Amino acid sequence: MGEIQSLMQGFAVVLSPMNVLLMFVGIILGVLIGVLPGLGGANGVAILLPLTFTMPPTSAIIMLSCIYWGALFGGAITSILFNIPGEPWSVATTFDGYPMAQNGQAGAALTAAFTSSFIGAFVAVVMITFLAPLVAKFALKFGSPEFFAVYLLTFCSFVGMGKGSPLKILVAMALGFALAAVGMDTVTGQLRLTFGSTELMRGFDFLIAVIGLFGIGEILLSMEEGLEFKGKRARIDPKVVLQTWKLLPKYWVTSVRSSLVGIWMGITPGGATPASFMSYGLAKKMSKDGDKFGTGQIEGVIAPETAAHAAGTSALLPMLALGIPGSPTAAVLLGGLLIWGLQPGPLLFVEQKDFVWGLIASMYLGNLVGLIVVLTTVPLFASILRIPFSIVAPVIIVICAIGAYTVHGAMLDVWFMLGFGIIGYVFKKLDYPLAPLVLALVLGDKAEDAFRQSMLASQGDLMILWSNPLVGSITTLALLMLFWPLIARLIAKVRAPKADEFAAQRPVD
Amino acid sequence: MTDPTQPAESDGIRTVSVEAVVAAIILLFGLVTAFESWRLGARWTDDGPGAGYFPFYIGLVICFASAGILVKALRTRASDTAVFVDRPSLRRVLQVLIPAALYVLAVQFIGIYVASALYIALFMVLLGKYGWPRSLIVGAVVSIVFFFMFEVWFKVPLFKGALNPTGFLGY
Repeated sequence: MGEIQSLMQGFAVVLSPMNVLLMFVGIILGVLIGVLPGLGGANGVAILLPLTFTMPPTSAIIMLSCIYWGALFGGAITSILFNIPGEPWSVATTFDGYPMAQNGQAGAALTAAFTSSFIGAFVAVVMITFLAPLVAKFALKFGSPEFFAVYLLTFCSFVGMGKGSPLKILVAMALGFALAAVGMDTVTGQLRLTFGSTELMRGFDFLIAVIGLFGIGEILLSMEEGLEFKGKRARIDPKVVLQTWKLLPKYWVTSVRSSLVGIWMGITPGGATPASFMSYGLAKKMSKDGDKFGTGQIEGVIAPETAAHAAGTSALLPMLALGIPGSPTAAVLLGGLLIWGLQPGPLLFVEQKDFVWGLIASMYLGNLVGLIVVLTTVPLFASILRIPFSIVAPVIIVICAIGAYTVHGAMLDVWFMLGFGIIGYVFKKLDYPLAPLVLALVLGDKAEDAFRQSMLASQGDLMILWSNPLVGSITTLALLMLFWPLIARLIAKVRAPKADEFAAQRPVD
Repeated sequence: MTDPTQPAESDGIRTVSVEAVVAAIILLFGLVTAFESWRLGARWTDDGPGAGYFPFYIGLVICFASAGILVKALRTRASDTAVFVDRPSLRRVLQVLIPAALYVLAVQFIGIYVASALYIALFMVLLGKYGWPRSLIVGAVVSIVFFFMFEVWFKVPLFKGALNPTGFLGY
């Protein structure tokens, strides 16, 4: 039980007064970010990342991951009270959450959402505690062909499992790789794609891209809809909390099923949004009240929230153990690790034990703190949404600009951020997915290095990707994923496909 | 990006048109990437793959995928009449985008603190129909809060520009 011992040491690292304070600060900032339109998990963490440059890495990651948990919690508040999903993964929560609020059960809906979020995250953290060290140990044997094959699998999964046009997923991904290539080549030292500009030598930082694509892009989208927040008021009194908690054990099957769906989708790069939809769909099909879903069933809140939180948490497993993030937010956290001088990947578990176990311990505590904070402060956060948009919008743009500037202290980055904002708006409207773009931008250099090292080893022979059973099966799986849209079309010709119930509502992300 | 001010046939720009234009721009971007990488050396050199080896193939992927999207958009041009953005919505989007661009320009000259305070105040007065005193106070308060958060607590310097309003404090 080496893991338990390491975890206890992790708790010892985390439980310093400063770290607990940072945990609370992170959760509160995170909920705030989750509630505000235009600020989400990924860009919220990206904006606040520069604040942590001077902190010790363990404290920094505790605060940033708590911002992430907070954002996951916060998305539920706007979905239930305002019928506006604060985050893409809380779209499915609006289906039953908002009707519950309309029936005067806002308190119960919120309690159910927060508690299921907590349960989903908890199950996922337990899974990470025991699985991550195993995965890391296994990955220690990886050479560069294996790593490149895993990168390939990650990106091909986007094509195979993503929603929307496979060509657009491919374009988004390749654009990310191309932008990542701008600047100094890490192997030969040559300048690439800079066209003689010294400012471009730095390349495109993915933090700038994240802030622009998700932050400014979202603001433009919300503005287009002419946002007016008309929400239900909510107070959660302890009696409602206790009553709801009494109800929850009845739905344990839903919780377990949703957690498993979430964990699976989180580790593979499916992400929290499809996980929440899949879980909602399954709950609707399997529940005996299935046909009442959509009218305010508590089970319809439990299912997507548990899955979204479980997926959001599990996305950190491949990030920690392999250095491959499962979601844009995990990608931003990975960028943070690099900035603090830590190399994510299997060696992290050997060389930075304190850091890794501190982070895992903070996941347990952070989610507990998060549950307490959101249950007690919902009215406060709900009132933030009543601040008129004409005040919130400029403040968010100012926050984005400051965030973009602080990354490198360069004004040009602020202009890039604005440009990425326009791209984000247009891409969102045309259903180009943004997550593969961001992930490619983060992983571009590393994927390219792994590719070049493999090619060097084999003197340019692509067959090195099938040189042993391990790398061969990963590569084959990756290609299967890449061509899945074509294969699925062939299968559909033979057999009539099942209709996807929530295809219309599910956002492309 | 497309020129959003161009007049449209009916009320707004059609999605297929935007789709086609965006795909064309991406195609151009892919071509530039591929050519520039070829120039850098996309082939095998004496000591392994050249600097342009990887980006060259990425450029090709961009070209093929965007060409596919472009062809599909041009084919459905006649039948698909969905509107990308209608006029009132476009107006609202530009109401945020143009001031944001002016704000970034202002930051370049007068620094983040003064520009932010002015931007928030002007936005509130012009779009939110608030009174001047209230707007100026909100703008100033937000700037001061950011000053304390970044410069004082987290010791992260922000861009002060020519005015340097906090110079007398030693920041």
